[in-house]
This record gives sequence, C-alpha cells and structure tokens, in this order.
Amino acid sequence: MVEEENIRVVRCGGSELNFRRAVFSADSKYIFCVSGDFVKVYSTVTEECVHILHGHRNLVTGIQLNPNNHLQLYSCSLDGTIKLWDYIDGILIKTFIVGCKLHALFTLAQAEDSVFVIVNKEKPDIFQLVSVKLPKSSSQEVEAKELSFVLDYINQSPKCIAFGNEGVYVAAVREFYLSVYFFKKKTTSRFTLSSSRNKKHAKNNFTCVACHPTEDCIASGHMDGKIRLWRNFYDDKKYTYTCLHWHHDMVMDLAFSVTGTSLLSGGRESVLVEWRDATEKNKEFLPRLGATIEHISVSPAGDLFCTSHSDNKIIIIHRNLEASAVIQGLVKDRSIFTGLMIDPRTKALVLNGKPGHLQFYSLQSDKQLYNLDIIQQEYINDYGLIQIELTKAAFGCFGNWLATVEQRQEKETELELQMKLWMYNKKTQGFILNTKINMPHEDCITALCFCNAEKSEQPTLVTASKDGYFKVWILTDDSDIYKKAVGWTCDFVGSYHKYQATNCCFSEDGSLLAVSFEEIVTIWDSVTWELKCTFCQRAGKIRHLCFGRLTCSKYLLGATENGILCCWNLLSCALEWNAKLNVRVMEPDPNSENIAAISQSSVGSDLFVFKPSEPRPLYIQKGISREKVQWGVFVPRDVPESFTSEAYQWLNRSQFYFLTKSQSLLTFSTKSPEEKLTPTSKQLLAEESLPTTPFYFILGKHRQQQDEKLNETLENELVQLPLTENIPAISELLHTPAHVLPSAAFLCSMFVNSLLLSKETKSAKEIPEDVDMEEEKESEDSDEENDFTEKVQDTSNTGLGEDIIHQLSKSEEKELRKFRKIDYSWIAAL
Amino acid sequence: MAGYKPVAIQTYPILGEKITQDTLYWNNYKTPVQIKEFGAVSKVDFSPQPPYNYAVTASSRIHIYGRYSQEPIKTFSRFKDTAYCATFRQDGRLLVAGSEDGGVQLFDISGRAPLRQFEGHTKAVHTVDFTADKYHVVSGADDYTVKLWDIPNSKEILTFKEHSDYVRCGCASKLNPDLFITGSYDHTVKMFDARTSESVLSVEHGQPVESVLLFPSGGLLVSAGRYVKVWDMLKGGQLLVSLKNHHKTVTCLCLSSSGQRLLSGSLDRKVKVYSTTSYKVVHSFDYAASILSLALAHEDETIVVGMTNGILSVKHRKSEAKKESLPRRRRPAYRTFIKGKNYMKQRDDILINRPAKKHLELYDRDLKHFRISKALDRVLDPTCTIKTPEITVSIIKELNRRGVLANALAGRDEKEISHVLNFLIRNLSQPRFAPVLINAAEIIIDIYLPVIGQSPVVDKKFLLLQGLVEKEIDYQRELLETLGMMDMLFATMRRKEGTSVLEHTSDGFPENKKIES
Repeated sequence: MVEEENIRVVRCGGSELNFRRAVFSADSKYIFCVSGDFVKVYSTVTEECVHILHGHRNLVTGIQLNPNNHLQLYSCSLDGTIKLWDYIDGILIKTFIVGCKLHALFTLAQAEDSVFVIVNKEKPDIFQLVSVKLPKSSSQEVEAKELSFVLDYINQSPKCIAFGNEGVYVAAVREFYLSVYFFKKKTTSRFTLSSSRNKKHAKNNFTCVACHPTEDCIASGHMDGKIRLWRNFYDDKKYTYTCLHWHHDMVMDLAFSVTGTSLLSGGRESVLVEWRDATEKNKEFLPRLGATIEHISVSPAGDLFCTSHSDNKIIIIHRNLEASAVIQGLVKDRSIFTGLMIDPRTKALVLNGKPGHLQFYSLQSDKQLYNLDIIQQEYINDYGLIQIELTKAAFGCFGNWLATVEQRQEKETELELQMKLWMYNKKTQGFILNTKINMPHEDCITALCFCNAEKSEQPTLVTASKDGYFKVWILTDDSDIYKKAVGWTCDFVGSYHKYQATNCCFSEDGSLLAVSFEEIVTIWDSVTWELKCTFCQRAGKIRHLCFGRLTCSKYLLGATENGILCCWNLLSCALEWNAKLNVRVMEPDPNSENIAAISQSSVGSDLFVFKPSEPRPLYIQKGISREKVQWGVFVPRDVPESFTSEAYQWLNRSQFYFLTKSQSLLTFSTKSPEEKLTPTSKQLLAEESLPTTPFYFILGKHRQQQDEKLNETLENELVQLPLTENIPAISELLHTPAHVLPSAAFLCSMFVNSLLLSKETKSAKEIPEDVDMEEEKESEDSDEENDFTEKVQDTSNTGLGEDIIHQLSKSEEKELRKFRKIDYSWIAAL
Repeated sequence: MAGYKPVAIQTYPILGEKITQDTLYWNNYKTPVQIKEFGAVSKVDFSPQPPYNYAVTASSRIHIYGRYSQEPIKTFSRFKDTAYCATFRQDGRLLVAGSEDGGVQLFDISGRAPLRQFEGHTKAVHTVDFTADKYHVVSGADDYTVKLWDIPNSKEILTFKEHSDYVRCGCASKLNPDLFITGSYDHTVKMFDARTSESVLSVEHGQPVESVLLFPSGGLLVSAGRYVKVWDMLKGGQLLVSLKNHHKTVTCLCLSSSGQRLLSGSLDRKVKVYSTTSYKVVHSFDYAASILSLALAHEDETIVVGMTNGILSVKHRKSEAKKESLPRRRRPAYRTFIKGKNYMKQRDDILINRPAKKHLELYDRDLKHFRISKALDRVLDPTCTIKTPEITVSIIKELNRRGVLANALAGRDEKEISHVLNFLIRNLSQPRFAPVLINAAEIIIDIYLPVIGQSPVVDKKFLLLQGLVEKEIDYQRELLETLGMMDMLFATMRRKEGTSVLEHTSDGFPENKKIES
C-alpha cells in the first residue's frame, strides 16, 4: 500500500548533460557533468552512471576537481552555494554558502584556499569574476563571504575565461576585447581586434578562450571560424598573434592538451580538429560526431578528451582521436515533430532524436537505448540549410511495424515527401526497411495511424493529408516464384468535399475509422470503406480525435481549435456532451477508459482526466506547467499501483508523461524524488579498488548476495540481542548508579559470562537436534577436557576458581562446538 | 563514429517484364529460322534419340528435318489426303501417322514406303501414338473411336467407342504399356486400359479438348482446350488447377526437358511457359501467326513451332559464349598475400583486425570531401547520363539538399554547360525527374542569363529547352482538360454522396514554370 500524498509534477530523466564542460577525474576513470540540479558521475569505460550527486537546489553551473585533493569535487550552483563532494562514495562533504547566484567556477592549484566564481552583483547583465576564500572549518555548512574582485565586465559563459601558465594570469574575452589580468602585477592588459572598428568585418567577435598550460600563449576562438594565438601579451604594444583557420562557422570551444603540444577546436561542423604544434599544416580531424560540438575538455592524465554536443551527448575520445565511449542523454536539440510514442516491445519512449533518427529512450533506466536511422543520409550541419525532417511516426501491430514520414520543403511548391515502413526483425532485434513510398500524398501528411485491432489479419495504415485525401495502405503479398516479398500498397483513397484531412483514428476493435476534415468528422467502415456518418459541430477545426476504449468504445471525442471538447455517441449518432476546454493535448490511456486532456490558458496548463461516458472529470490538476505542453503519452506501468482514492485511480495502471515547449519531460507522481531513485543506481556503488567493468557487475552482484546473506544472519543475531536485556545481571549493571557499583574489573567477567550463558542457551534452543550430538561429542572429548580442567585447577587454586573454571569450560565448549559446526558444513559441502 | 553515408540513389521500378532466371533462360535463343511448309503445320515431333531429328506434318507430307538443316533430309509424301500426327517411336526408328482418309501408316525412318497400314477407321485419324512397349499403336479418329493396333501382324486389337464426338488428341503413358489417354470434342478426357474393354477414368474438361499431355511420372494429366487444365490422376482425376492465361484456344502442349516447365501454344499467337510447381506464367513468346504445334528438343536446345500459315519457326539455343580471358593485370605475387598467414599468435601479441574498407563510388568520394563541382562533373559524363540518369538526378538532388547546387553549376565553359543542357533536354519531361530538374534548370538560367548570346551552341540548347517546356505545358493543359471531362463523367455516375474515387494522374509540371531564354 502506497502512502497517498498529493500528486505532484516531477521532472523525470533526460536532463541536459551538455550545459557545461565535463570534467575528468585525475585517473580518467570517471567523468563528471552537470545535469540540471545534479552532478552526474559516469564511468569513462562502461558509460554507466555511477553516482548522482544531489544536494543543490538550483541549476548547477560549474564543477571542478579540488586541486588539493583529487578525490574531491567542487560544484557551484545558482542557489548560491559551493559544495564539496567525495565523488567515489557520492557523499556531500561540505557546503560553502556564498549567497549570490554563481554562474561558473574555476579552481587553481596555486590559490589553495580560494576558488574563482562568476557572479553578477549590481545589474543583471554585468558579470564579475571574483575569488572566494573558502574558510577552513569542521562544520558541514560554512559561510564564505570573503569575496575579492578580479575582473569586471566579463562574459557569463565560463568558456570566455581561462587561467594560464600555472595561474600567472587570467584571460577573459567579450565581444571584440581580450583582457588579461596578471595576478602578480595586478594589472590588466586589454587588446582589441583591429578590424572590430571596421563594420564590414564585424563577424570576428570572440567566442571562447583557452590558455596554454606551460607557455605564455592564449588561443581565442572567433565567430568567423578563425582561431588566434596570442603571444607576448605582457606588452600592450608588442603583442603578436597568428591565425589558424579551418572552421567555416563559429568556433564553439577550444582546449589545449595537457602538455600543450596540441590544440583542440570544435564547432558546428561536428568535426574535432587537433592542431599540432600550433601550426596550420599539422592538423588531424575526427569528423561526423553527429552534432555541434559545444564543449571540449581534456583529462588531467592526458589520455582522454571529451566533447559535449548539442544533442545532449558526451563523446569520450582517445588521445589518438578514436571515439571510445558515448554517453547519450535524451536528445533535445531539435523540435519534436513525432510526439511521444511508446514502443510496444521495449516500452521505451520514442521521439525525434538526432537529425534524421528516432530515439528509443528507456524511462526506467533514464538512458537511451538506441537510435534508429530513418533518413539514412549524410547529415550536413550548416546554418540556414533546410534539412529533411522526420515529421511523423507510428507503431503498429504490437511493434511489428513502424511507419515514418519525412519531408523537406524548400519553397511553397517544392515538397519532398517520403513514407517508410519498417518491419521488426526478430533475428537482428531491430527494424528493417520494408517499403519506401515517394510522395504518398501531394501535400504534408497531418496524421498517421495503424489499425491495432487484435484480430486484424492484414496490417492496415491510414494517412491523412492536407491535400484533402486520406489513403489506406495495406500489406500485400508481392511474392512470385523466385522470391518471397511483402510490401505496402495503397488500397483506398477517400476524400470529403476537398476539405483538408486533419486527423485520423481507428476504433479499438478496428471496425471504424474516423477521419476529420477540418470542421467535420467522418466515420468510415473499415471493411468496405463506406462513409457511415458525419458529425459537425461548427466549432472550428478539429485538433484532436480519439475513440473511447473498453466500456466507452461507443464514444468518439474531438477537440476543436475554438476550445470545445465534444463527445459523440456512435450508436445514436448524436452529440452526447460538450465542454468548453481549450485542449492542447488529448491522450487516451491504453489500459483503461480514461482520457487525459491538457488545456492551455494564459496562466499555464491544466490537466483533466475524464471518462468519455461522463462529462465530469475524474481528476483535475491546475497549473501543471507554466509553459505550453506540447505532447503527452500514457506509459503502461510494469507493476500496477494500488491507489484506492478515487482521484488517483487513473494512475494505477499507467503513468502520464508530458513534454513542455522547452522540452523538459515531466510526469505525475505521489512519491518523493528520493523514493523514486531506482535501486539500480544504488547498486552501482563502485568500490575504489574495482573498476566498474561488466565483470564487476557479475561478480559484484554475486558478492552482494553473499553480503545480503551475511546481513540476514547478522540481523537474526541482532534480533536475539534484546532478549539478553532481560538477564538480571545486565539490567543490574545498566540500571545501578555508577557510584555504587564495584570496580569495572570485577564486574567485567561477570558481565561477559552472563552474555555467554545467554548465547549458549539460545543456540541450544535453536538446534535441538544438535544437542545430542554435542553431548556425544562432549563425552568423546571429555578426556581432553578433563585434562585441561585439571591443568587449570593445578595452575589456579583460588576461591573463585570453581565458578570460573566451570564458565571457562563452557566457553571452551562453545568454541569446540564452533569448530565442529565448521567441520560439518565442510562435510556437507563434500 | 558513424562513417560517411553514401548518397541514396533513388530507384524506380523497372517497367515491362521483370528479369528473372526464366526470362534469361528462355530468351537465350538465336533469331528464329523460318521454313515455309505447304500447309498449316499440324504436328511437330522430335525423335527421342540422337541426332534428334524432327518430323513436321503439314498438308499431305511429312518432312524429317535434321536439327540444324533448313532443308528436309527426308520426305514422306505418299498420302492421298492430309496427313496428321507424325510421331516417332521411342527408339526413333519408326514413325506413325494418321491421315484424312482414315488410314494409319507406319514408316521406317530409312525406308520410303509404309511398313504397315492399319485400316479400320472410317474417318480422319487425328491422333496416333506408340505405347510404352513399342509394339502397339493407339489411334483416335473422327468416327468417335479409339483403336489399339498390333504392329507385328498389323491387326486391330481393341476398339473403344466411348467418346461421343471427334477424338482429336491422345497420348500413351510412358511407363505402363497398357495405359493411354485420349481427348475428344465431347469435352472429356478418358483414360483407357488395354487390359479392360472400357475406360478406367474420365474427366470433364468443359470445352472441346485439343491437346492432352501426361507427365512422365503419370501422376498428372494436362488437357488443353479453351483453357489449360491440370488433373491429378492419383486422386482419381481431381482438377488441380485451371490456367486461363491464353485468350484463344490452346492447341498444343509440351514439357521442358527438365519437367519443371510446361509450355502451351495457342491460336492467340503466344507460347506461354508455366512453372509446374506454382503454375504461374514465367515467360511468354510471341509468334506471327496462330500456333498449331510446338516441340522442344532434347535439353531444350531447339524450340520448333508450327503455325497456321504454314511457317515453321525454329529457334536454336545460343551456344555458351566462351568468355575471352582478358589479359590479366599484373598483381602482387601470391607470396605477398600468403605472407604471415600461418603465423601463430604468441602470448603477448595483440591481434589487430583491419577494419573492412567500405567501397565508395567515385562521386561519393568527391562528395565526402566536399568537391561538389567534381562530383557533378562525374555524373554529367555522357556514359552516366545515358545509362543511369537516376544517379545524375540523385546527385543533383543531394547537392540541392546541401545548398550548394548553384555553386556546383556555376563557372562552367561552353562545353560543360552544353553537357548539362543536353541532360536537361533529355530528361526534363520525365515525371520522375521533373521536380529536381526544373529546379536545376531555373538555377542554370539564373546563373547564365547575363552571358547569354555569347555562344551560339548554348543559345540553341536554351531555345530547344524552351520549346520542350512549352510543349510540355500544352500537354499538361490537355491532360487537365481530359481529367475535367472524366471528373464530369464520374460525377454523373456517382451513386453516393461523399465518397469519391481518386483518378490517378501523371502530374508533372506546375504550370507556372516558364523558361525564358
């Protein structure tokens, strides 16, 4: 029974990984990246998330290794705190409260007790670089208010600040200026690009900066794709710079290798360029990284690089420019055209991913499963280029078929449209292209749906298009005597008075097809393709259309653009009820009759859950999001919950996920976020000595089971312990005031003996059968024992003697029994 | 990381006949040799023994042809009236034929005069055959009777009078000397057993039966009339399949030497080849006149077809082309390849597999390196534009997608631009290429408009293109008019409101495309 709290909206999974540069651990085993309010620790070898460091209350804006202790990590956040973590155990060590919003964090090995942060103090768009002195204190929370100003009027992004040559200077760029602050001299030099006054060449403003680790050399990236290497900048007059030009678009990030022999740069071309010896001739490329390179970072050991990409991915690259691992989050780079879908096989969330791909994202493990390349063309990442977009996708026949639609429209008249049908192949466990249809319609396809009835023998697909037609596609046997082949062909084309077809939907049993033509809903018989009836409410174009399910299958729901939700009864062919609701998203639950509708108002979005049979909603939650909600989907639960309260019953069998305009994936939950943490993430506590390899997971699991067994036995013993409290000796010892007790030395033996006694009786009770055997054994061993006791008697002939001897023999007995037990287990094992 | 993805070349369904192994096999014949006979060729029969001569029955003569001779090597012409159905015995030494006057004559291949004459039929004998034991002859005649003759003493052994119309076809079983089959115009096919005095099986074909054929195993029977029907003899004459691929009466049947294919010739001037497993047509031959007879030589080496106009068409299989071994390019010695092949892996060795190299087309290699003009040059080469225009179009489309089509088309001299214009002129009006090429044509016009008039060659090409576009616009207008008329007709015929039927149209050109020159 789950404790029923209020239903809350929780952010689930898929947070950004590419917000800031990733940071490597000193031994390159782990990589850290900021992810919303958390810091995530990944293994560089297995790509698994090892820890999630949570504690910040706002966006984490910077992370750096503690230069004094490589097992610790600093992080700063917009909540105004700097936190120090032990990343191996995932423990928060210390919190420094600064008090103002922190935008970036830098550490220097030379400045031992202070870190540098970017803050904005006075005005919202003026940022300063300040150094914060971190006070030494043993307490968990420390106030760090000692700020000293370093540089003013700088760019907010940490890419525009770099510390160089072991902390001798700091370089900052903004627009057309490069300023260098020397810590020793406490002076600032400012350099301006000569051409910046000339308006014609105004595209060369600075985008990022990096400093050579050992030499006095600053590299700066520019908007026009050039990289400038500045030298001799100690002198305002005699400074020089050289140009490296390969990028044709903005340089997004720069990084020097640890030794400084090579410079890495990346940009929109999705190519990592390595400039060797800072010359234009010696360059190496790692092309086709998939998306714009946002950040580049280098491991302190120098063996790995990593690039963060705009499609929410981190690629770990070996020194010899070979990609070795990819950490992929939910791709959020681009707008979602396909909406949210659930793959019936993997239960993964499916939506637009990388350009031209569909991504399969596991909600349970918050991890991308795989990308399906739909468009299968070389991706040219260039500004202003009209790309082929994957606009529609649908799963059919229990995941056996996938239909996708891609389009590219350069001008009004030039539309490229392609529909592809993919079949699931059990052997390869993936989708294989079956049929490709060029220009299935004359205009954009607005809706796509499969007939998912259980008893349908022939897979059927319906597409609705703006050209006024809807087409029915069926799978036909195309095989001849030479080869077997199945393909999709058009079976029927329907239209209604040349109106644009906007939505289509099959009823649950597949017997009826509803197609909306602007304001009119038409119902077609799916066997004969005859028009059965039409509904028209004259309340604006139909935006959403869906049939009721299970007991409510006689109802058809339609939401119009003018904010009317209508429910028609298919038996009486009349309007059952309507409601004024500006529905943005309407999704039926596949496991129940419920339908979720999200309405949009000026204040925010509200959720209504209702059954088509009654106009009164089951559940209303106002203000689920301040933004527009774009898509929603019901995800069937693996294990049904059992909420008894009527308001929460709709969450029993499915969970509702929705995606807002800023592409954050949210859901409804009654649990607190700590509870929601999956046990898997807790299992992955990596031990220091063990690298997290697949073997570790096998062996580690095994060991864990053993540990659990041990724990169980320990628990059993622990349970028995309270009984020992009843023993008078102990209670006497514990409850008598200390000053009236005899000396501890005297009491000790008594206390220990009492414990032993109780223990002995317990075990005897536990294994009554063993007792006999024990006795036998005792008799067998009696000779020895007697010898021993005699010896004891010989050595110590004190008054107390007898009692102690007796006790000792008892303890002896116990030990013997222990040995015997081990013996037996060993025999059993044989 | 993912490698370079080659440009997807749009594939278009190949119109016309599909190329299968059957079409390749049955097309692999030389051009037919035509031999003029005196009358309609009613029967062609190959000798089952080498040298595989064949007997052709036409009018009152029987000609024996050698396989590659165009003149008959022997002629039997002692018939008073039309001869029918000259058939070789299994050993190829005897020949039997029926005739219009009701006689059945047996010839020795080497002799001239008939060895035996079987008299007994009162009307024309259209079918004769040897039984499997070689010593009997079966004949069917227009007097509705089927007779069995003994060769040694030229006597009639049995007479079956079960048919109620002309008996026009028959064949003897190749396994059992006592079984034979006849087909008649009374719509039945009957199986007779010489050991009994009546038919053992009768199937109703439904139309007059023109030809029958028994499979070598004897399990299946094929009868041809208006349609070809296949019967399962082991199930007591159950109809297996009815083949309705000819649109006139089927006159002759034949099995290929492998027994895998069934051939049928018909009055509709076609020979069709069926698979005997699926009974689907796998190939079809066309002839000049209605076909009356058909025969295949041993190993399908020759197809002989006799027609109503007396023409005998003989097709010989092409001899297996001996491939001229090209002078081999000098390659590295075998030792180079074998070097290190048998090296055993040592303990500390790390095996590094070389990744398989992906082969890229030349244009793909250029595109991979962003050499766009070069890639376009490559596909505008005349060998590519004529043979595989879809590759050229796909590359133009890809360049357009990359937004560099204008760059790739610009800066060309007279010769190069005329290459491009030639390609456009040839392919612009094809509906499958039109959307891409119209866009390319517009870009070309935009680029080269300022320099127009400098080269008479290019100017002529532009004028040609303009004429083409104008013609196409007229054509499209006409099509739209036709479509409008058809719409009107459909509208009058439509029964129900609301439903509509899509008319498939070949929309090619939006009309707003004007090419100026």
